Amino acid sequence: MIAAGCDVGSLTTKVAIMKDGAIISYHVIETGFKPDLAAKDAMDGALSKANLSFDDVGYCVSTGDGGKNVSFAGRYVSQLPCLSKGTYFFIPSVGTVVDVGGNATRAISVGKEGRVLSYRLNDKCAAGGGRFFDVLAEALEVKLDDLGPLSQQSKSPLEITSQCTVFAESEVISLLNEGKDIVDIIAGVNQSIASRIASLVRNVGIKEDVVMTGGVAKNIGVIKSLEGWLGVSIKTVPVAPQIVGAVGASLLAEKELQET
Amino acid sequence: MIVAGCDVGSLTAKAVIMRDGGILSSEIIGVRPKPEQSAKDVMDKALQKAHLALEDIDYCISTGYGRERVPFAKDNISEISCHGKGAHWLIPSVRTVIDVGGQDCKVIRVDANGKLKNFIMNDKCAAGTGRFLEVMAKTLGIRLDEIGPLSLRARNPVVITSMCSIYAQTEVASSIAQGADQHDLAAGVTRAMAERVNSLAMRVGVEEDVVITGGVAKNIGVVKSLEGMLGVNTKKVNVDPQIVGALGGALFAKEKMLQKG
Repeated sequence: MIAAGCDVGSLTTKVAIMKDGAIISYHVIETGFKPDLAAKDAMDGALSKANLSFDDVGYCVSTGDGGKNVSFAGRYVSQLPCLSKGTYFFIPSVGTVVDVGGNATRAISVGKEGRVLSYRLNDKCAAGGGRFFDVLAEALEVKLDDLGPLSQQSKSPLEITSQCTVFAESEVISLLNEGKDIVDIIAGVNQSIASRIASLVRNVGIKEDVVMTGGVAKNIGVIKSLEGWLGVSIKTVPVAPQIVGAVGASLLAEKELQET
Repeated sequence: MIVAGCDVGSLTAKAVIMRDGGILSSEIIGVRPKPEQSAKDVMDKALQKAHLALEDIDYCISTGYGRERVPFAKDNISEISCHGKGAHWLIPSVRTVIDVGGQDCKVIRVDANGKLKNFIMNDKCAAGTGRFLEVMAKTLGIRLDEIGPLSLRARNPVVITSMCSIYAQTEVASSIAQGADQHDLAAGVTRAMAERVNSLAMRVGVEEDVVITGGVAKNIGVVKSLEGMLGVNTKKVNVDPQIVGALGGALFAKEKMLQKG
């Protein structure tokens, strides 16, 4: 019997499938406006990659903003233990998880065996979260995935003074219109967001190893910036960083299967 | 004696020309890339309307974001003071001025003489500023000036829970996808806007009479919603609410002239 974890986020939905303590497959899709459909599609995607059918799934745990709407999940669990356990699975030396998703940033202090000791959350303000990048990538007319590599070409990052995503968007467009180099603008944006993330991490306490998860962990510019602000090196998981929550959920599902 | 006030904001520039204690002309334009140009253009238009030339102005005071870059101004004064002054001249019973501009929101407490007592400003977060309404208008696919009238005919206002303009945008987009009615959406937006302004106002306290200035004062939906939350009927100025800052500048200019003479 296989275990599954389904993480329905604000921007993307992820499903991870496990058997005997190993990840067999995973799938990531956009959530759109119907979380229950997204969950089903993500599950279908992961199952088909593993050449399995839904009947093979023994238990599924759901998590994430839209996780309560997953009809095929046996249980819903908060994102915090899922992120914590999921990260621990890949990097047992983890001390702090920094999860930067679409709509929220979480800093989690991790204890023994991936337990959650404490956490800090920002889900009120879009600045310092993944959404900031979506807005800016669109304003700059670059692809989200290019933000990281482009920023690395910068020799002198420009300072972005606006703290608000909406105002920063105008500031960035002004800088572009003034003829400033786009790589310097992007580097400045990364610095800006990284500094907000750093605040949150300092608040929960910096305990190494610090591991970054969530979609924004794909942005090498933010990682390097964050390393600068925090003064420690930052690790990332060896899989797509958005799936850590789903992996954690699938670990909890596996535990459920073992106990029955 | 002819005096003028020039208010160079981040989105609009305003000029007011006064003579013998009355307003001769006023003008509002969208800002140009350089504040100097905005100031010159808006003043030129106001002068044209009054059939005057720049040399006819005895004293001009500038205010607003770009106030230090108005070449023909003899002096500059903060927009907080100018809004308080202008509102008090129009409505002497005013004790609280709520100025909701394009990119900021200020709540100004004045005394019986129109002197500044206290104030609070938000210019860091788009929520509660005209920008919030712009973002929402775009999301709803309507014009900024349609939001107010549409909101008044709502049956079941949509509730927007996020404080943040960006997250609120997602909530609205989601509601649209679920088929929410335009009027209900517009009412949700005006209410969310009023909530944010109200939050800020509560931090300095609100004393009647309350006057709302700035471009957002023209949004009847926000005004009514805010009045409901504050529990007051605000007093309406009989000029364009966006020119109150420039008007204050002109009044200060007159005072300076009288001091000199």
